Amino acid sequence: MFDDLRDLYQEVILDHGRKPRNFRRLEDADRSARGDNPMCGDRLELFLKLGPDGRIADAAFQGRGCAISTASASLLTETVKGKTAEEAHALSDSFRELAMTGTCPHCQAALEEEMERLQPLSGVHEFPSRVKCATLAWHTLNAALDGAKEASSE
Amino acid sequence: MSFDGVSFDVGRVRRDFPILSQKIRGKDLVFLDSGASAQKPRVVIDAMVRCMEERYANVHRGAYFLSEAATEAYEAARAATARFLNAPDPRGIVFAKNSTEAINLVAHSWGRHVLQPGQAVLFSEMEHHANIVPWHLLKEDKGVELRVVRVTDSGEIDLEDLEAKLADGKVGLVAIAHMSNVLGTVAPAERIVRMAHAAGAKVLFDGSQAAVHRRVDLQALDADFYVFTGHKLYGPTGIGVLAAKLEHLERMPPFLGGGDMISVVTLKRSEWAPPPAKFEAGTPPIVEAVGLHAAIDYVTALGMEAIEAHERRLVDHAMRRLTDIEGVRLLGRAQDRGGVFAMATDYAHAHDLATLLDRAGIAVRAGRHCAEPLHTRFGVEGGTVRASFGLYTTEAEVDYLAEALTKAREFFA
Ligand SMILES: Cc1ncc(COP(=O)(O)O)c(C=O)c1O
Repeated sequence: MFDDLRDLYQEVILDHGRKPRNFRRLEDADRSARGDNPMCGDRLELFLKLGPDGRIADAAFQGRGCAISTASASLLTETVKGKTAEEAHALSDSFRELAMTGTCPHCQAALEEEMERLQPLSGVHEFPSRVKCATLAWHTLNAALDGAKEASSE
Repeated sequence: MSFDGVSFDVGRVRRDFPILSQKIRGKDLVFLDSGASAQKPRVVIDAMVRCMEERYANVHRGAYFLSEAATEAYEAARAATARFLNAPDPRGIVFAKNSTEAINLVAHSWGRHVLQPGQAVLFSEMEHHANIVPWHLLKEDKGVELRVVRVTDSGEIDLEDLEAKLADGKVGLVAIAHMSNVLGTVAPAERIVRMAHAAGAKVLFDGSQAAVHRRVDLQALDADFYVFTGHKLYGPTGIGVLAAKLEHLERMPPFLGGGDMISVVTLKRSEWAPPPAKFEAGTPPIVEAVGLHAAIDYVTALGMEAIEAHERRLVDHAMRRLTDIEGVRLLGRAQDRGGVFAMATDYAHAHDLATLLDRAGIAVRAGRHCAEPLHTRFGVEGGTVRASFGLYTTEAEVDYLAEALTKAREFFA
């Protein structure tokens, strides 16, 4: 009945959806922001800890959402670690292009490895109503990096 | 199938709806989102096309054949709506854009001018946002008090709580969903009216869901205000109905100002036309009124009793099929309920489940269905998947949904 949905719900996504990584508060976070999708009620809070060199030393999140938004946030926390703010913004832009179009021809070569890890989420581009599930955490990342408190994905 | 001499052949009825014969991604369309908006029968589509091809002009304005014909058709829709609700007087039927606008009209004109500071508006925990937010706005504006009547764990209006909240006589208006768009609960409308009137309160029913599934008899019900929306009654979008007692409409100031709602205008002041014109500023939804009229004729010809009987069988069937699926929790088990089933599962988020069901050709709604407080009340912040039936829904479709919900569990396991 649902076989062709394995492209969207790949094992990686189901796994991260069920057992999100870095799913906790960072009490000593330097940056944090809330992401809200009022249409579907998904809500998350993202925390970033910056190292002395300005790079993201730790990232974590909490909240509730569907398998796709949870998996996306989980993978985000894993892929942004060690990035400068600028690199994290670039990764965010690339990811959003991937989620919306399924590919990212202009992505920086430097981010190839990270984009490889995020590839399983590219299936959402065929589900226009679900793209915002995948991008919510990344909007929230941008807000946190820019010092805003809230992001909304509509 | 036959009920009290009225026959209802769902297979034949389905052929009246062109969209239902469509395949979605190669699968038969199983449309279970009629509670959000219903599909349209051929007669509604044709009536609107015919209006635009043969009988269209602005209403109430031109002294020429087409304008007179359009005016007649528009007013005939009002008369048909009055008959449909058994309203005492077609002048008590106001056309608005939808239920939301109709409720806002009452909150604005009646709430701000007839209701007094110190009085309260009471609504229930199972309201759609359309019957919550206008009262929030009224509270901010006028300082009226808001009271919320509880819903029991089985999803019924808690009548003891209602009694208690009416007791001090301060409630000016009871505004309640005649049927919940999440729990399917049909409120005991006659009882609520008696209790409210005894406590000196007026009553508004949000009939957006109920009017589609049950015969509404406003004279027997004695409600002060009753609203519904055309697009859920197999009619077009863009038209809703406020049915009100004339005495209320007469005391209320206009909602919007403009053409068609005045009797005299100088540059300094205007005098209002009598109701319903007073509340219909500007060019009204003419083609939509014609479509609504056709929809009313359509359900009336099938028979509201026959539709109700068909849906009752369907609801009983769904209660058997949807309540024993592992991992699926149904919200609300009211004794008197209609074909709306909101489900929370322990194996998938509502949106993931809806995406899965969509692949099987099943259209359901996922989320909180504009009833966030109710989802909070039942502890499902993340939302539910809602299947809602129309007169064209079949038992086979319910079975297919039940099978899909079972298979979805395996998918996410
Ligand atoms: C109970 C209830 N009230 C109000 C509404 C609002 O209807 P509309 O959007 O047509 O104004 C709906 C439907 O969305 C509903 O189910």
